[in-house]
Amino acid sequence: MPAADSSQELKFRDPERARALTEALRRNVEAIGREVSVMHVCGSHEQAIARFGLRAVLPQGLRLIMGPGCPVCVTDGAEVDEAVALARQGVRVCTYGDMLRLPGTSQSLADAHAEGARVDVVYSVDQAVELARAHPGEEVAFLASGFETTAVATAAAALEGPPQGFSILSVHKYVPAAMELVAALPQTRIEGYLAAGHAATITGWAVFEPFARRTGAPVVVAGFEPLDILAALVAVTELIRDRRPEVRNVYPRCVTREGNLPAQRALWQVFRQRTGRWRGIADVPDGNLELTPAFARLDARRRFRIDVAAVRDQGAEAEALGCICGSIMLGLASPSDCALFGRACRPESPVGACMVSSEGQCRIWHTYGGLPDLREVG
Amino acid sequence: MCLGVPGKVIAIDGLKATVDFFGVQRELRLDIVDQPVQVGDYVLNHVGYAIRRIPPEEVGETLALFDQILREAAGAEDLMAADVRGELAAGKPGPGSAGG
Repeated sequence: MPAADSSQELKFRDPERARALTEALRRNVEAIGREVSVMHVCGSHEQAIARFGLRAVLPQGLRLIMGPGCPVCVTDGAEVDEAVALARQGVRVCTYGDMLRLPGTSQSLADAHAEGARVDVVYSVDQAVELARAHPGEEVAFLASGFETTAVATAAAALEGPPQGFSILSVHKYVPAAMELVAALPQTRIEGYLAAGHAATITGWAVFEPFARRTGAPVVVAGFEPLDILAALVAVTELIRDRRPEVRNVYPRCVTREGNLPAQRALWQVFRQRTGRWRGIADVPDGNLELTPAFARLDARRRFRIDVAAVRDQGAEAEALGCICGSIMLGLASPSDCALFGRACRPESPVGACMVSSEGQCRIWHTYGGLPDLREVG
Repeated sequence: MCLGVPGKVIAIDGLKATVDFFGVQRELRLDIVDQPVQVGDYVLNHVGYAIRRIPPEEVGETLALFDQILREAAGAEDLMAADVRGELAAGKPGPGSAGG
């Protein structure tokens, strides 16, 4: 068997179904009769799309674009500054690995660590709570990043009654706000959206119904299998073709209409939405999740006088010279449009946030290639 | 970071569960799972918490992707496999685990 065939074999567990889906997709796009852009807002989707070379099997008239789906990437430099300042003030800062090298206006947490500040990488909020428990008398702040999928874990830890020395520096973001932002941009002409499967596991799919009605763009909830994503694209192009701004769920094994109610209760007990700046983008209405007053005692921003002035570079631009992360995150440009991509900006020496996180589009394209050669399916 | 990983519940102690992921046992929290969970159920896990009880008839399809990612990526640098391993590292090693 030729090598190309066996690699396709790996890409689709069920080549027969993949062929049927791509054929249906081709018919839908043909019926639409013009170029159509669909956006997804999830780093894990982009990983699957790039890893399995899905763009190679899409019909020519269909553009599949990644939007602001990387919560680490949209964490603002000023938010990183707060964590860096806390670490330099002697607070032990714990966070997920992706956050370590994310640049602040002058330093990253990795830089602060190299200069002697205590910074720990954890894989879960519970590990940060454990650290606080193991070191009574020490202040341990958890820099909490991620969309609602991850925020619910932070909420659960807050509700469990963590030890005295534990606090939360929330930079959590909310996915539906990101979709609102993109839909409101005059430059983007997105006609349909794929909603992130596991964020929708929490929120449920009904949350997107008002959005679809208001913007006229259908939303389809998609899983992470290559076939799940193809099936979602078939569904969204069908809805675009028929001018039906509805929500469809093609990931029913993990997403329901109402979502995960216990997780939602925990989320909205502990967090509330707040407008905040997203890196390289803008102030996003209701885009950030901050602790509610009932959890003020856990809020690092209220517990400490965070001396950001010491670490903030007022003159710093949101993006380094030549970096186009902001446009990439809004779906207005691709990594391949960036002069720095793969040259000055590489995973081992990232210039922009999208090259730092494993959910950033530049990092993903650098690893897997962005637009693979066209090949036959199956 | 939003990938999540499915695993099989092999023991429950209050709000903690021992869950088997492809032969690796981890202790996870059940605080925010969407439905009551029993031994033998499959759950979707993210950063140390179960966020969804997966309907039994749909478990096979959910597991296949992760099986494939881990099998193909053995040894190679792969972002999805790294995220899956990160999800596993989020749980405490389970009581029956040989440190895996």
